[in-house]
Amino acid sequence: MSTTTRTFGGGYGDAARPRVGFFTDTSVCIGCKACEVACKEWNLVPPDGPLGFTGNSYDNTMALGADTWRHVAFVEQEVPGAGAGALQPAHPDLAAEAAAAAGLDGPPSAKDGMRWLMSSDVCKHCSSAACLEVCPTGALFRTEFGTVVVQGDVCNGCGYCVPACPFGVIDRREDDGRVFKCTLCYDRLSDGMEPACAHACPTDSIQFGDLDQLRAAADQRLATLHADGVSDARLYLRDEADGIGGAGAFFLLLDEPEVYGLPPDPVSTTRDLPRLWRAAGLAAGALVAGLAVAFAGGRR
Amino acid sequence: MAEAHPVGFQWVMEAKARGAQVIHVDPRFTRTSALANLHVPLRAGTDIAFLGGIVNYILEHGHEFRDYVANYTNAPVIIDERFADTEDLDGLFSGFDPESNEYDPATWTYQDMEVASGAGSREGKLGIAEHHGMLGGRLEHGNPPHTDPSLEHPRCVFQILKRHFRRYTPEMVAKVCGTPPSLLVEVAESLVANSGRERTSAFVYSVGWTQHTVGVQYIRTAAIIQLLLGNIGRPGGGILALRGHATIQGSTDVPTLYNLLPGYLPMPKASDGDLAGYLEEAKLPAGFWGYVDNYLISLLKAWWGDVATQENDFCFDYLPRLTGDHSSYPTMLGMLDGKVKGFFLPGQNPAVGSSNSALHRKAMANLDWLVVRDMAEIESASFWKDAPEIETGELVTERIRTEVFLLPAASHVEKDGSFTNTQRLVQWHHKAVEPPGDCRSELWFYYHLGRIIREKLAGSTDPKDRPVLDLVWDYPTEGEIQEPSAEAVLRECNGVGPDGRAVSGYLDLKADGSTSCGCWIYSGCYADEVNQTARRKPHWEQSWVAPEWAWAWPYNRRILYNRASADPEGKPWSERKRYVWWDEEAGKWTGHDNPDFVATMRPDYDPPEDAQAEKALSGTTPFIMQADGTGWLYVPNGLADGPLPAHYEPHESPFPNLLYGQQANPTRQVFDRPGNRYSPAHGQPGAEAYPYVFTTYRLTEHHTAGGMSRGLPYLAELQPEMFCEVSPELAAERGLEHGGWATIVTARAAIEARVLVTARIRPLEAGGRTVHQIGLPWHWGTNGLSRGDAANDLLGIVLDRNVHIQESKAGACDIRPGRRPRGPELPRMVEDYRRRAERAGAGPDGSDGRAAEPQRGGPGGGKGERA
Repeated sequence: MSTTTRTFGGGYGDAARPRVGFFTDTSVCIGCKACEVACKEWNLVPPDGPLGFTGNSYDNTMALGADTWRHVAFVEQEVPGAGAGALQPAHPDLAAEAAAAAGLDGPPSAKDGMRWLMSSDVCKHCSSAACLEVCPTGALFRTEFGTVVVQGDVCNGCGYCVPACPFGVIDRREDDGRVFKCTLCYDRLSDGMEPACAHACPTDSIQFGDLDQLRAAADQRLATLHADGVSDARLYLRDEADGIGGAGAFFLLLDEPEVYGLPPDPVSTTRDLPRLWRAAGLAAGALVAGLAVAFAGGRR
Repeated sequence: MAEAHPVGFQWVMEAKARGAQVIHVDPRFTRTSALANLHVPLRAGTDIAFLGGIVNYILEHGHEFRDYVANYTNAPVIIDERFADTEDLDGLFSGFDPESNEYDPATWTYQDMEVASGAGSREGKLGIAEHHGMLGGRLEHGNPPHTDPSLEHPRCVFQILKRHFRRYTPEMVAKVCGTPPSLLVEVAESLVANSGRERTSAFVYSVGWTQHTVGVQYIRTAAIIQLLLGNIGRPGGGILALRGHATIQGSTDVPTLYNLLPGYLPMPKASDGDLAGYLEEAKLPAGFWGYVDNYLISLLKAWWGDVATQENDFCFDYLPRLTGDHSSYPTMLGMLDGKVKGFFLPGQNPAVGSSNSALHRKAMANLDWLVVRDMAEIESASFWKDAPEIETGELVTERIRTEVFLLPAASHVEKDGSFTNTQRLVQWHHKAVEPPGDCRSELWFYYHLGRIIREKLAGSTDPKDRPVLDLVWDYPTEGEIQEPSAEAVLRECNGVGPDGRAVSGYLDLKADGSTSCGCWIYSGCYADEVNQTARRKPHWEQSWVAPEWAWAWPYNRRILYNRASADPEGKPWSERKRYVWWDEEAGKWTGHDNPDFVATMRPDYDPPEDAQAEKALSGTTPFIMQADGTGWLYVPNGLADGPLPAHYEPHESPFPNLLYGQQANPTRQVFDRPGNRYSPAHGQPGAEAYPYVFTTYRLTEHHTAGGMSRGLPYLAELQPEMFCEVSPELAAERGLEHGGWATIVTARAAIEARVLVTARIRPLEAGGRTVHQIGLPWHWGTNGLSRGDAANDLLGIVLDRNVHIQESKAGACDIRPGRRPRGPELPRMVEDYRRRAERAGAGPDGSDGRAAEPQRGGPGGGKGERA
């Protein structure tokens, strides 16, 4: 399959590497949170404290932040029809016959059931990364792998990147002042290893690899799910035509992004800046012109 | 499985990706349910009724795998005419003695086949359970005298089974379990459709099945289903027991159980007399238990070496003798009563993890000494200063005389060793780092403890010291800390032949003292002087069975009883499920796995009258450890509570047994004493005081009693507080607020927990009543970063007589909003509840805590707060 992913790497020349990323297939996530723990272990991320029961299903870390770089969301849904009848009968006739023999009316009837969505969220490593674009110190940079990383020794804690992120990922650590987020395990990549979260994931819900291949795998998985009747399955941030130019970390979701706490149509906060600057420039120019005219007129 | 065994669950997900249907049966909707094709809810403690419904469905519709059942199970065998079923006796089998609450299994036997003394004899309270060990059950000879291959004889096992389960209709199952009849049928249909010549289905269970007063019979019912459908001994079939944590299978094989010697050899009883007396009972005339003498004498040689000789019965008299039930809970009660003075506690935390953990804390406070070996200061080591009973005034630190030795333990990455998994795969792990500080492995501790004791006893002339002084205790040590070689222990388990070299398997073992073997079923794990368990050949470099990845007991067989994967003539049942088969040309069994059968025994072999051991079984009987070579649908001998599973209610069930007059398992072990009072079961006055069902379980984020997780910040923050899971309906009924606090009360204790209102807990309709179930994770205790009340405080001690396992998965309780009282008020509240229950019968009066609680259910009880 041919793909059109750009290799980021402008300034890297020969050192540029194929762009890598995450494909998180939430349809096989079992909510074990091994990704959260492996991430913290490898990257020495502090605990998210203070400890507390949130009551938000099994989610007690609640959101991505300076101290949580992988976050598993738990969404409990009551779904009509998700109860009985979920199996694909090997012999539908036999099922009906058995039900009839058991004195039941017809095949097993659908009954209200539950759905428990689990999804491991992470920094998206956007193609158009606003955090990086607004960073005045160059602490945020794009690596030779096409990922977006904060250099802790350069960050001055100005925090411009925090509101710039359309996903609310990047965050300042209170007692430190600087910002922190997923590095896609830059150090591990440099040594030819996959990121800690992907390595720990027991069901391959988190897949790491070259973005081209991940996108192909995701397309195939989506087709399989659709063929199996999971019509709500969709890819999120796979498309390069979206508001962030596609993401290095994209997802297969089983419901609307909002259900998982993800923005439905994220837009890079810097996307409109050129247009805004142009408009502002025009306005400023008009103002200057007007003033000039006024002054010119006044001097007369 | 996704909850408690997330790593193993990857294989379920892989199977699902390949088209497998995953059905999850559980009172709660869990992470496993979320990934399953179908979740089937049921009332906790009713699984036999549910599984019995499947058995009935199979039999009523003729869906059994007839050729398999008729040839490989004991379905055709005709049973003694004295046998009476639960059908005849309203929930009891013949042979019940109401005085002792035990069965005499004499009438359960095969027609005209004498029951051997083993199972029949009793000394005082020493019943079957104390020596069930290996003996699936003893029969005089391999071939039952009376069978009916047509399976039509009214007293043949097949017909008895059919009658026995006939009352387990979908409608009855619905009334008992609260599971809609259509769901039961859907599950049964799916199992049937996915079994037979071309397909197989597997059962996977965890301790949710074992921890009941009828736990053994839960698994038995699954075994009946799998035998009827032909799912044993074939690829993709089986019943897989997922254990509580790593290598519990290994600690059963090379046992930490009081009634077993390594390899499921029974521990001698006081009445066994000498070696000949023991062997007379233990050695079966047919099947591979016919070589018990080889196994036992080789074990004695491994332990006592040159001192063990023919003349001194190979030191058989050095083995301890059973005098009764010395299992975990009676031992704890012995501490409480001052009979047990000292206690070793390695890697276990009963102050949090055992049923009625408060009683355990009090028991440990009554010891002379206690040795705790763990990686953290667990509650079982710190109870003397911070047990909840100190706050209530029931224990006073200054008056606790127990001397506690807390010794730091090495973790599995800090030592060499093996893990045995549910598939009997023994996998070696190498030490990755040295243990820090004073942390040491169990192997180090026990080896050096033994060494020092032997040094202290050296020169003793007291005969009672001989067993210790004569032990072979020569493990090589290495490194600065003198760590004994774990591989030397593995080699000892493997066994050594007369030439001093590792034997290749248990068939090499002899009863003449020329061989030694520490655990006969592990024999072969060190064959060719190579640690076979350390093999890590990738699957892509070998066959799909991957026989060169680690090593599985016995004889590296990946599927037990795999002769059943071929038909009676030795041909695979189908191409698709081809596994082992008879190669007529070569004159032997062959296939993808090591055949679990006498390699050269022809399928048409018919044993002569005088044949012994495996040669006494015919060429068509795959179950070579059984005395008749068949899979037992009906167990004529070896179980304490009946030859067939019958549904009994949990000991503290608020529900009546709708299937029989007999309410609970008549043989269950009860300990009605101060500190372990029970709530009234259904039908007894006062049962209404504890109207709700609760079940306990684990969460992915924590490990068992929390010793390895509550102290770790990265795990503690993921599930930081004790909570209870309740349905929106129950929350409304009892005024429980989502995110607030609730107090849960039983006849033993009251604990508090944060409230998680969730539709994942669904009320069920059973027997004309609404069943409200409360979910309680049991990880918490007083220590660590994440602290909370221990759910196990709520549980009483009541045991399955077969295996002495506690009923911790189904109890009765009340729940009320708000936190529990503090200090002495707490035991008072529990006592008040009990008093009210005792004098009740009339239901809650005005002074009743339950009735006094305002019913402020209101809209949804927090339902709307969820995301």
